[in-house]
Amino acid sequence: MKKLLISLIASTALLSATPAKAFTPESTDPIKIMISDWTSILLHTEMLNIVLSTLGYDVETVIVDDSARYPGFEAGDVHIAMEVWETTQGANFAKSVATGKTLDMGELGPQAKEDWWYPAYMEAKCPGLPDWEALKNCADVFSTPDTAPKGRYLSGPVAWGGNDEERVAALGLPFEVVNAGTDAAMFAELKSAYEREAPIMLWVYEPHWAPSVFEGSYVAFPPSTEACYEDASWGPNPDATFDCGKKEGWIKKMAWAGSEEKWPCAYEVVRNFQMDGTEVGNLVYKVDVDGMSVEDVAMEWAKENEATWREWAACAK
Amino acid sequence: MSNAVLEMRTHKSWRFPLWASVMAFTGLCLALYPLMPAWLVDVPAAVVFPIAQWTGDAIEWFAREAGIGAFKVQDLTRLAAKFIDAPISFLNALLSEGYSTGAGFNKQQLLPPLSWFGVTGTAVLVAWRLSGPRLTLMIIFGGMYLVSFGLWPQTMTTLASVALCVVIAAAAGLGLGVASYRSARTETVARAVMNVMQTVPIFSYLIPTLLLFGYGPSAALFATVVYALPPMVHATVLALRSVPEETREFGAIAGCTRRQILWKIELPVALPNLAIGLNQVVMMSLNMVIIASMIGAGGLGYDVLRALRRLDIGAGLQAGLAIVVLAVILDRLTQDAAHVQSTGKRNPFSRADVPAMLAILGGATALSFVFPQLANWPEEWTLTTAPFWNDAVSYINKNFFDQLEALRTFMLLFVMNPLRDFMLAVPWAVVLASVGLLGFVFGRARLALTLVALLLFIVLSGYWDKAMGSVYLIALSVMLALAAGVPLGVWIAARPRLRKTAGLALDTLQTLPTLVYLLPAVMLFRNGDFSALIAVTLYALAPMVRYTIHGFSNVPADRLEAADMCGCTAFQRFVHVKLPAAAPTLILGVNQTIMMALSMLVIAALVGTRELGQEVFIALSQGNTGDGIVAGLCVAALALAADGLLKAWSTQAVRGVTNGRGARGNS
Repeated sequence: MKKLLISLIASTALLSATPAKAFTPESTDPIKIMISDWTSILLHTEMLNIVLSTLGYDVETVIVDDSARYPGFEAGDVHIAMEVWETTQGANFAKSVATGKTLDMGELGPQAKEDWWYPAYMEAKCPGLPDWEALKNCADVFSTPDTAPKGRYLSGPVAWGGNDEERVAALGLPFEVVNAGTDAAMFAELKSAYEREAPIMLWVYEPHWAPSVFEGSYVAFPPSTEACYEDASWGPNPDATFDCGKKEGWIKKMAWAGSEEKWPCAYEVVRNFQMDGTEVGNLVYKVDVDGMSVEDVAMEWAKENEATWREWAACAK
Repeated sequence: MSNAVLEMRTHKSWRFPLWASVMAFTGLCLALYPLMPAWLVDVPAAVVFPIAQWTGDAIEWFAREAGIGAFKVQDLTRLAAKFIDAPISFLNALLSEGYSTGAGFNKQQLLPPLSWFGVTGTAVLVAWRLSGPRLTLMIIFGGMYLVSFGLWPQTMTTLASVALCVVIAAAAGLGLGVASYRSARTETVARAVMNVMQTVPIFSYLIPTLLLFGYGPSAALFATVVYALPPMVHATVLALRSVPEETREFGAIAGCTRRQILWKIELPVALPNLAIGLNQVVMMSLNMVIIASMIGAGGLGYDVLRALRRLDIGAGLQAGLAIVVLAVILDRLTQDAAHVQSTGKRNPFSRADVPAMLAILGGATALSFVFPQLANWPEEWTLTTAPFWNDAVSYINKNFFDQLEALRTFMLLFVMNPLRDFMLAVPWAVVLASVGLLGFVFGRARLALTLVALLLFIVLSGYWDKAMGSVYLIALSVMLALAAGVPLGVWIAARPRLRKTAGLALDTLQTLPTLVYLLPAVMLFRNGDFSALIAVTLYALAPMVRYTIHGFSNVPADRLEAADMCGCTAFQRFVHVKLPAAAPTLILGVNQTIMMALSMLVIAALVGTRELGQEVFIALSQGNTGDGIVAGLCVAALALAADGLLKAWSTQAVRGVTNGRGARGNS
């Protein structure tokens, strides 16, 4: 035990005395990258972690809630986030960038999509899908004894928002909105229904593993536009807002403005960081369905794509 | 029929009218409900204060601005966090990860962690000396399970953080306990603070914790210690009180100082009871593993979360069972260590043991340089039963869903929804008045005032409707737990041979993370209140069964004999002798069941309930410090009200039983 300790201390001393690196980071302060509770941000953060760590930066990851991130970023407690989704964070992000304290670091690549979704076998039971008008006539197909005669729509956790109650009212859909408690609970119900080919209508989003495992489609609502949320006269219901589908949009990277000068090269790497939508889907699948660890998947990607990220890090040569 | 039985009967009928009058009052109020002014029915907006806003602002200020001069509170807490992080990462490197330098492509492992073979071997030796073959076998099998299912490194990460939590909570609890024992005023304050601490859901103080300590293992450690501390304090006070006065006097006569009396006399004598507290600390720390992993503690809890996120129920169950294995082994080890100490046997370890342990540990770890299998179990040798469990759930889902759905629909339409609608419709003023009156019946003005004040807090903070939603869910779960738990407990109490197995099953139920059975419940019963009801009931079942077993196996033998001599039938024996004797314990069991059920509310929110737990959960995910704390305090208010009422009732029941016995003695 004692020997182990001594050798441990000795080897620490030895190693910290050999800084033979090609590139020296501008500052040895830790760069703090945000992680949160969905898989793709974990993957992208770990990839950036590998890239920056290999270049010699000291990287720390910090768990931050999706919508509670702004005060931390504006105060400089967190420096980089690999994902901001326009679908849920568009307005908050714009407001934060407007303060001048945070930076828009450009699009990551994949497009975010989320909306009402149903398994493919439901098309036979409710002809006319994916058009949303069809839902008016087959609410009973989607109903359960406790929602009958209305259909049951499984929405995300209350904290996600999503305005589904407003949507149901504005479009006159005979559906009752039921909130799942968590992402996992929501997809557990989908899995259960899918195994039995039972009716289900729920909120699905991507990049996520579910659309690649379960076959199905999104309901085609009137397209989401700014006017839909602000102007009641827009859309099929002339007297209501929210008479359209959920938003689609970009996924961007963000950063604290205050440390651009501290780590210009690291910021350069983040700006250059780009992924392909399908590739992200595959990587997420490896983690969420195959059960590989985020670290292994990210390391595998880093080894296979070394040329690509070395190019992003051209400033570190 | 004997006099004693008659006495008990008359005693009962004496108490009934007071109860009945409260009931009648409530009924009358409900009948007059249409005549009531609206402000007595629904809480008027004018009396709701923005308590959440104030609390939130105060905490933000404390966490970000407060301090003396340039020195901020936050700097101090962050410093403490760094200080605590050091031993955690050292233990983690030692047990789980080994020592490595660099990161990314430059990462190099210099030293492996302690070998699983060495750690298990050492534990086996300790168990053999302390306890005997039973525990030794348990550890061998437990270790084999952890290693061969590929759960070893995560288990060691969990062990590293739990070990530190236990040490800190036990030390702090002991200190607080001694202080409370010495000063009545300290005890009153400590007890009040701890009652709140134990009943406020942990999610609600997670955000302030994160603000103060930053993200990572130290924040998780702080939250766990807050949760696991109270039982240690209670146990310390109780243990010190149980030291015989003569022993203490002997110390005083021998000229011991107060400190000497404490360290050399009181604490050693109190050790067996202290061990019970320690045991509770271990169990509660392991209960917290999942929540701690949500804020950066990693380990098994994180494994469970990840597995369940990808709906791999089997893998979640395996990781969950690893927590159970760890809990059971730590529990039995601490219990046996305390037993050895208290029976005053000579030191069970021989002189050669310490070198032997070091040799096993060091030898196996050194060998792992040559045989890496001894450091990290190879992936291709890993076993799994996950597909079996996943298939089992799928099988039930495909073949029995319709029957289960019928059950869910029946419960929802005919029991749950009507009860919820009723609870929401009852005027708040009637609830306050009825509960106040009940308090008066059981505990006079003091209890009545406390209860009304607690409920008034909920009214004024604007969470009344949500709180009634919680009450409905808790009431139903507790009733179900009673209906299932009491008969089960009675049945086990009559079969002493079953008790060890039952104990293991109950430990499993209490330490297996709820999430593990929450997701299968969602697959079979959809999101919503019914799944929540199942999860809460399962979790709350264990204390009810435990207390029932305890109550029924400790009925005084002389009373049973007396009943036999009177020629009681088995049924009479049960109703008139056993039940009254066990009643006080049963009421305490109901009390614990309610506390457990309340502590599950926040977890139940994960399957989509709409009550206080959900409010806490939403506040957490949106970062609203104030809302989280105040909703959490409302849960605590409900818990404290239930606790006060039931404790008073149980005191009265004890008095009833002893009165009954006194009367019998005289006749």
